[in-house]
Amino acid sequence: MRIRGWFVLGALAVLSAGCSSIEPWVKPYDRENLADPIMAFSRAPISQDFLDHVFESREGSRGASGGGGGGCGCN
Amino acid sequence: MKALKTSLVRYVITCLALAATQAQAGVLPEDRADALYFRYDGGGVVINGPSVLLRKSIGEHVSVSANHYVDMVSSASIDVETSASPYEDERTQSSLSVDFLQGKSTYTLGYVNSDESDYKAKTMFGSISHDMFGDLTTIGFGYKRGENEVFRNVKDADGVVANDPAFAETMESQSFNVSLSQIITKNLILAGQYEVITDEGFLRSPYRSIRYFVDPLTQALAPEQYPNTRSSNAVSIRAKYFLPYRAAIDTMYRFYTDTWGVLGHTAELGYVHPTNNEKWIFEARVRYYTQTAADFYQDIFPRADYANFMARDKELATYNAITAGLGATYEFKIARFPWLTKGQLNLRYDFMSVEYDDFRDATFSIGSFGVPPDDPLAPGTEPLYKLNANIIQFFISAYF
Repeated sequence: MRIRGWFVLGALAVLSAGCSSIEPWVKPYDRENLADPIMAFSRAPISQDFLDHVFESREGSRGASGGGGGGCGCN
Repeated sequence: MKALKTSLVRYVITCLALAATQAQAGVLPEDRADALYFRYDGGGVVINGPSVLLRKSIGEHVSVSANHYVDMVSSASIDVETSASPYEDERTQSSLSVDFLQGKSTYTLGYVNSDESDYKAKTMFGSISHDMFGDLTTIGFGYKRGENEVFRNVKDADGVVANDPAFAETMESQSFNVSLSQIITKNLILAGQYEVITDEGFLRSPYRSIRYFVDPLTQALAPEQYPNTRSSNAVSIRAKYFLPYRAAIDTMYRFYTDTWGVLGHTAELGYVHPTNNEKWIFEARVRYYTQTAADFYQDIFPRADYANFMARDKELATYNAITAGLGATYEFKIARFPWLTKGQLNLRYDFMSVEYDDFRDATFSIGSFGVPPDDPLAPGTEPLYKLNANIIQFFISAYF
């Protein structure tokens, strides 16, 4: 019950962002560095998809890598 | 109490509506075209082929992405070497996805079709992502469903390879994922993802065998036996930081666990360095991976009917791997093509080294492709298997 109370409180805190209008602490005009193409997590999706497939076909682990696709290619 | 609940629901709906409307519109991915040639060469397996990706926006709210990818496989892997003859195969994968942008939300729908002579896969996926809190935060949710058909190729008396008419199996896969990316400072961004995948159906290779002791000096082969379900959980966190001299460093960690008993850790570190003249971008990356074996994996089993489930897939063994890569990008513009915002030539090389803790090189006892070794070792005493692979990618990118 106590855990549920904390959960409701946390959810209200997050949702209240809409009402209290949180001021972004990194202003849009301060995001020049973040917008630089070198800051993209995957600069070239075509290359990343290929490497994700290489790793997924050869490892027991899978998922949470941002990749997609199907097939086996694992023999 | 009911009145309190009603007012709470109204409050939540109002706040969500305000959070969604007070910010400005999101952005679609940029238009680009990529053509890639790749080559993987390691462990007796050579895979090469092209991949072509096109992403184009239609109006201000829709972006379409199409990919065509071909794997041309020539395999004499350690599994093939100890139980079959070398083979060649081709896998073709085509995908189409559409992004719809509405306010701060992006909705994605897509379809992937993968086709090889003994494996056909159809995957549908959909996702929603939403920018909030002044675009500092993006949350996402995705669902993927795959339907797969598994066949087995056999050679007839004339040496012609065809599907075994007596063998056809299916496998279904579903995936749920949630993601969050968060701008922390003007130089640091964090992203996390959690994904659950469930598989049901025929999950083993129709070709691979286990081996077992007939007596201490003799071994025999038998088909693998797998459970017909598998559920996995993976959680990852990554960070990217903009360095003071226009370069970026990034890191990633992923924890993985599944109902087969595999427990994996993945860690990655990368560095991106553009030159001052903005013509070149260099990249270095190192990735470490380690996992424990599945509960029903053994390199060699004590006897034929040792357990209900028995596997000898080296991807289910205990092992660790290091992959190190270097990449170079050359950026250019062509005056005659003003519609071309930017062009890139990219070359990337990765070296992968895998060391297995409990998968032995059975060619020392069984031999290769049916030819026994001159001086065979006793089963279970062979050296541990190691795999080195070279991975090369060359691709051209055009932004327009």
